[in-house]
Amino acid sequence: MTSKPLIMTRRAALTGLGTALALPAIRPAWAQGAPIKVGVLHSLSGTMAISETALRDTVLMMVDYANSKGGLLGRKLEAVVVDPASNWPLFAEKARELLQVHKVDVTFGCWTSVSRKSVLPVFEELKGLLFYPVQYEGEEESPNIFYTGAAPNQQAIPAVEYLMSPDGGDARRIVLLGTDYVYPRTTNRILRGFLTSKGIGNADIMEEYTPFGHSDWQGIVSRVKRFASEGKKTAIVSTINGDANVPFYRELGNQGIKAEDIPCIAFSVGEEELAGIDTRPLVGHLAAWNYFMSVKGAPNEEFLKLWQAYIKNPKRVTNDPMEATYTGFRMWMQAVQKAGTTAVAQVTPALIGQTLMAPCGYEETMLPNHHLSKPVFIGEVQADGQFNIVWKTPTAVPAENWSQFIPENANRKK
Amino acid sequence: MTRFILRIAVFLLLALPARAQDAFTGALPGLAGGFGEIAASVERLGSLGDPRALPVLRALQDGTLRKAADGRLLVPQGTGFVDAATGQPADAAGAEAVRLNNRVRQALRGALGRLQLVSPDAAERGAAAEAIFRSRGADDVPLLQAAIRREAVPEVRAKMELALAAAQLVASDESAKREAVARLGAAGTVEARALLLEARATNPGMATAIDVSIASIDRTLSFRRAAETLFQGLSLGSVLLLAALGLAVTFGVMGVINMAHGEFVMLGAYATYMVQEFCRGVPWLAPWSLLLSVPAAFLVTAACGAALERGLIRHLYGRPLETLLMTFGVGMILQQAVRLAFGAQNREVISPAWMQGTLTLPGGIAVTQNRLWIIVFGLIVLALVFAAIRLTRFGLEMRAVVQNRRIAATMGIRTGRVDAMTFAFGSGLAGLAGVALSQIDNVSPNLGTGYIIDSFMVVVFGGVGSLAGTLVGAMTLGVVNKVLEPWAGAVLAKVFVLVAIMLFIQRRPKGLFALKGRAAES
Repeated sequence: MTSKPLIMTRRAALTGLGTALALPAIRPAWAQGAPIKVGVLHSLSGTMAISETALRDTVLMMVDYANSKGGLLGRKLEAVVVDPASNWPLFAEKARELLQVHKVDVTFGCWTSVSRKSVLPVFEELKGLLFYPVQYEGEEESPNIFYTGAAPNQQAIPAVEYLMSPDGGDARRIVLLGTDYVYPRTTNRILRGFLTSKGIGNADIMEEYTPFGHSDWQGIVSRVKRFASEGKKTAIVSTINGDANVPFYRELGNQGIKAEDIPCIAFSVGEEELAGIDTRPLVGHLAAWNYFMSVKGAPNEEFLKLWQAYIKNPKRVTNDPMEATYTGFRMWMQAVQKAGTTAVAQVTPALIGQTLMAPCGYEETMLPNHHLSKPVFIGEVQADGQFNIVWKTPTAVPAENWSQFIPENANRKK
Repeated sequence: MTRFILRIAVFLLLALPARAQDAFTGALPGLAGGFGEIAASVERLGSLGDPRALPVLRALQDGTLRKAADGRLLVPQGTGFVDAATGQPADAAGAEAVRLNNRVRQALRGALGRLQLVSPDAAERGAAAEAIFRSRGADDVPLLQAAIRREAVPEVRAKMELALAAAQLVASDESAKREAVARLGAAGTVEARALLLEARATNPGMATAIDVSIASIDRTLSFRRAAETLFQGLSLGSVLLLAALGLAVTFGVMGVINMAHGEFVMLGAYATYMVQEFCRGVPWLAPWSLLLSVPAAFLVTAACGAALERGLIRHLYGRPLETLLMTFGVGMILQQAVRLAFGAQNREVISPAWMQGTLTLPGGIAVTQNRLWIIVFGLIVLALVFAAIRLTRFGLEMRAVVQNRRIAATMGIRTGRVDAMTFAFGSGLAGLAGVALSQIDNVSPNLGTGYIIDSFMVVVFGGVGSLAGTLVGAMTLGVVNKVLEPWAGAVLAKVFVLVAIMLFIQRRPKGLFALKGRAAES
């Protein structure tokens, strides 16, 4: 409590400073005709290229979309694409290049939390505006970033609640498997707190981490099997990221772990990741997201049509971070129109309270904490690599970026 | 009196099917409801013993059961659909598939198990017994007892007896329960252990008997665990061996530090993918695609290796630092080229059926098939490399050039050609590693980067230039890694191994199998 006024004054001072710095940028010559620049900060090479190239394409598609509608404020949009190459420090350099050299009005980018943490000081220092489209561990709130993916209470917690429900199999022993970096470790810390509050003790939780790109899962999967033999229903919660998922699921299949016996719910496995796996042995394993390509309804049909026409491939899949990019872009367009300018200082307040009928079929709202309200879906892997939605929240859930299951957050005011 | 009894018996016989039919049709509408209702009606269908339930439940399992808008259930038959209740042909237009979740799947497995226990196919009866074992209930006891009396195949009977023990554990008969505890203890499996622990919580009176059984299972399991860890270690070792063999030739024999080695492995995996895609168009070739990709991958990567050696590396002999940097660059170019040609997405290489699933060895040791085949493949490749170096003319020339280039040249050996061939040979071996890795890892442009460090580690640890060293080095690293992993975690285990190798190299800079003699000195 005591520190709060201090933060507020500092933030107010920063915003004021931001306005002062931004003002000279809106020169009259710029406002007429000069294109609006949209920065794209996604890895096009390295380990994350598998996931992030699709997001680059999504932003490019949205720039085309906006231009086909006559641009914004009568100006054309222009994308500036850079490649930070899955190299975390390079993300910061490229962010600086986008803001200082190209003077972009808005940036869409980052996938891993490491990369977001690396660009955050740059965006705060240079008063940029970043849309971050991926579910993450929370515990962050920057005035210069809008988070259009899920916070833990919009993905991880409902997913574990589902596993513990009769429909999800009444799990009473939980295996937390993750890749060794900030997102899985923080998420699992939150989940441990949540499980303790539900009466599941430390003896009933197994937690293991593996490096990025881990491919030899034999030992871990057989330990999971042994852990499951203690007479209580067991489930796996996976925060394994990137392509390590493929050999992991293959090993589950080979060791005969069926979804009926030990279901595995994943937070980072979407349609794109399943595109590289034979999904037949995985039928019944689960994923928790805020959007699935199989969602029915007009908003999703419109999104799919736009994407498949842009990419010129009627079989290309969509996934949750792509939907979050799309939603963020549309909301930014609405806010720019409302503010009548692309200046960050004016667009930021205009963004709060923006609503959009998102492709997930629910109306999403941008909350004052820079996060969205989102529905939660649990989907089961099907033989064709798509998800069959087996559970969903009745309404969109507002994001809690500061988790109540982390003790340090207890005296933080929401 | 007898006539009266007979009359009642006849009446009952006639009435039974009619009643069963009622129960059957009565249970059907639940299948069109929510997941909870579906699961309940699946359980009812399974307990009725009505043969007509079988096609309905099978269709549900396969995802081909449809529900019409008016709630009728449609089962596929031939090319069309029939009404599940009446058996009359029906129009499936506008009907949607009945969906499953894990709860329904669990109920379905038990129900199908109960119905298939009388199947004429022994494999189906065995699977049915296993299914009942997993979803056992007290009601299954008489069903299983009857099935055991009929059963002639010993393996299936053993499975049924185990399922019976599992069912007796939750039934109310105390003496049968004690017998069941002993039988499950003798089974010595992880699943039996889970059942016993579950029973221990509900039967405090039998805690001591159950503890004895669990202790006996634990003894069996700890032996099995040790054997499985060893297998996993050997399997990791064989992967390292395959990745390092090519390097043992190019680095160990020629002394070329080829940082693009990992990318050759990746090219081999992509060659496997290409062969698979090619074979997909030719039905009779499809089952052989993995075998065909072995020579294909070897030739592709060997050709790339030869081109690299002739085009670039030969100009840099004797300048290891420049070679290192140059091959590193080539590796990046190859990676990006593949990314441009195939996209950043992973490519799917399908494992043939004989490489999927688990093989249970005597003693209950479970080994996964794909890993087993890779161990075999690794050893075959090692034997071939050994034979190529020791027994062929090419191997002789290669050794001659390595030992003394000038004298070899004066003997009429075209050393340049031998260099190219040796480098191509080493690169081809990397391609073979790619074929194996396509079965256990992702076929992606950065497949190779994960193996290059490990490969160098194996070669340096085993002793540069020694094939036996590469074999022993790879296997040692694999087993040590897997033994450390359970208590150190996958990340720390790797760190420990790396530290241990650094200390080892400090003591023995030439590795496990140091070459001796004049050739080694120069």
